[in-house]
Amino acid sequence: MNIVNFTPVTATLGGMIIGLAVVIFFLFNGRLVGISSIAANALTEKENKFDNLLFLLGLIIGPIIFSLFVNKDISITISNSFILLIFAGLLVGLGTRISGGCTSGHGISGIGRFSLRSIIATITFMIVGVLTVLIKNFI
Amino acid sequence: MNKLISLISGIIFGIGLVISQMINPEKVLGFLDLFGNWDPSLAFVMIGALIITSPMFHLIKKKEKPLFVDSFNYSKNKEINNKLIIGSVLFGAGWGLGGLCPGPAISSIALLNINSISFVVSMFFGFYLVKLFKLSS
Repeated sequence: MNIVNFTPVTATLGGMIIGLAVVIFFLFNGRLVGISSIAANALTEKENKFDNLLFLLGLIIGPIIFSLFVNKDISITISNSFILLIFAGLLVGLGTRISGGCTSGHGISGIGRFSLRSIIATITFMIVGVLTVLIKNFI
Repeated sequence: MNKLISLISGIIFGIGLVISQMINPEKVLGFLDLFGNWDPSLAFVMIGALIITSPMFHLIKKKEKPLFVDSFNYSKNKEINNKLIIGSVLFGAGWGLGGLCPGPAISSIALLNINSISFVVSMFFGFYLVKLFKLSS
């Protein structure tokens, strides 16, 4: 193992900002943030539809506002092929709804309230994620 | 007012994803490459979030009700079953293949990247299938 590209300060700061968003949503609206739930329910459920859509809109315009504010473009690297991403997206869509949460719902909101169910889910998807990358690097 | 909070929470969450760089799949894949070139940053994002959420959840839950709505509304499901594990395995595999999970994937729509938009469309199709076949845990 080599440690590379490690950015502990911005990672912790960004994480705290994410935590703040989750706390605000809970304090004012009484709901715990789980992006997969919010997104799936925005698509399929009538309850809280407008709230869910507004949250998703915020998620999309947040980076734009930030990038205008700091006057810097956001660059991301996606090295995977189109077909692989379509397949990965399907797995993420199915998996997060079957298990009832993703990195935010289980990983932050669930672990934040010490839910054993969420701790088990998070450990499981992290181990499988690590194994998937390990196997992908071998092929 | 609660509608405004939904929008603001989403915006702050999205800004957090940019500052932490979790919007970039390469950063996430770096974290999952534990046995190669490992980038531990994602663990610090989770720690940063949890040091805010866990004490605050504890305090907020003592309140009778949230500030802008009549009652708290979140899953109290404690069941540890096959669906929890199977779903997490499928999610972990998709996460490891693409380097995108739902939050960063949706946020990255802002960057108009055709690959991440395709991922999102496919992810929503997955959400729909789970609803259609009632597979949710």
